Amino acid sequence: MSEPSEYSRRSKNDHPPALYEGYRSTAHRSPQRKPIKIEHTLTEVTGPLFKNEKINPSESDLSIVDGQEAQGQRIYVGGKVLDEDENPVPNTLIEIWQCNAAGRYKHAVDQHPAPLDPNFTGKGRIVSDEKGEYKFTTIKPGAYPWGNHYNAWRPAHIHFSLFGPAFVTRLITQMYFPDDPLFPFDPIFNSISDEAVRKRMVSKFDLDTTEPDFALSFKFDFVLRGREATPFEGQV
Amino acid sequence: MSKLGVTASQTVGPFLTIALKADGQEYIVPKNTEGALKLCGYVYDGEGNVVPDAVIEVWQANVFGNYNHPEDKSDTQIVNEFSGFGRSCTDQDGRFFFITLKPGQVAGRGNTLQAPHIAVNVFARGMLKQQVTRIYFSDEVKSNSEDPILNSIEDEPSRNTLVAQLNSSGDGIMEYAFDIHLQGKLETVFFDV
Repeated sequence: MSEPSEYSRRSKNDHPPALYEGYRSTAHRSPQRKPIKIEHTLTEVTGPLFKNEKINPSESDLSIVDGQEAQGQRIYVGGKVLDEDENPVPNTLIEIWQCNAAGRYKHAVDQHPAPLDPNFTGKGRIVSDEKGEYKFTTIKPGAYPWGNHYNAWRPAHIHFSLFGPAFVTRLITQMYFPDDPLFPFDPIFNSISDEAVRKRMVSKFDLDTTEPDFALSFKFDFVLRGREATPFEGQV
Repeated sequence: MSKLGVTASQTVGPFLTIALKADGQEYIVPKNTEGALKLCGYVYDGEGNVVPDAVIEVWQANVFGNYNHPEDKSDTQIVNEFSGFGRSCTDQDGRFFFITLKPGQVAGRGNTLQAPHIAVNVFARGMLKQQVTRIYFSDEVKSNSEDPILNSIEDEPSRNTLVAQLNSSGDGIMEYAFDIHLQGKLETVFFDV
């Protein structure tokens, strides 16, 4: 049987470290031993495909709950899921969660004294299409305070969860909005030392897909790990 | 051709259950399935406190050692209803569980055979990126002793962090315990994949 070809390795620059002093909660939740490198087997190059998952088209519109509109700035967030070689990643499950326009999550743990919106749950799902494209309709999330340090505020963001074709392509990240004045002060954003890599987490405003008299549009492409180039060439 | 830069990982944060918790996702098979087993455990931080805001995801082969995925070209059987994927958000006590079937053996690299195992992604508030581990089974003594990945870990206590312990078959279902220690003396072995 032929060996499975490996997915590209995560480079140190491309992801945050497990321990980042500025984000206090990492102190006791970061492994201290170096992870053990393993070669990819069938276990790592396969992964859940959710072929039988039933997703209602309304799940990609967070701006309306039971026919009632949420408060706030209506936006589109759309783009492509790609791999490192620019191949589209079709039919992959994308899950999102976010706070409302006032900066409050619909979650028992969130005690920020900002109003909850009865018409906003902040949860959505979609599957990328054949071209790897996706599009959510939602409300621009607010900034909110958190207890990490004095006067700490998170820049507005949407949490994104993606699977891709394999166990090793799994990604959970946060998508930010352009020109947020809170960027320089946010340890989660700045846990990535490389500015170019940080910029890849920031969406772009797009006038072409902004809908007149309806919604602003933000574009954001995801890049998941791709395959190593012809790794076993010459091997039988 | 130059490659595109990958999108970086960020923490799931404390509000992950909004999107990631759904009824029944711990049940890879219904509890009354023949051979069903329960895997359960706690997630601990480096101070020994439980982690109530983690999500554990598992990926495994079916009982024949076959993955429900087009890259598995082995000629063993596909069991269509068996997705191989489960997700469990930890509760207030840091506890997670899955109801599943023990996977069959899957080919390893270089004509080896891997012991039955389950691949695991661990996410939590306070974790900027996921950690990857594996669950093996304590009653698979022979296949564990021949597993290339287990054997690559020389230190026995470390190796044992990957082995779920068969506890009982009390109410007719086999129960395995598998705790995850994110940090410290008992730290679980994590993999760079």
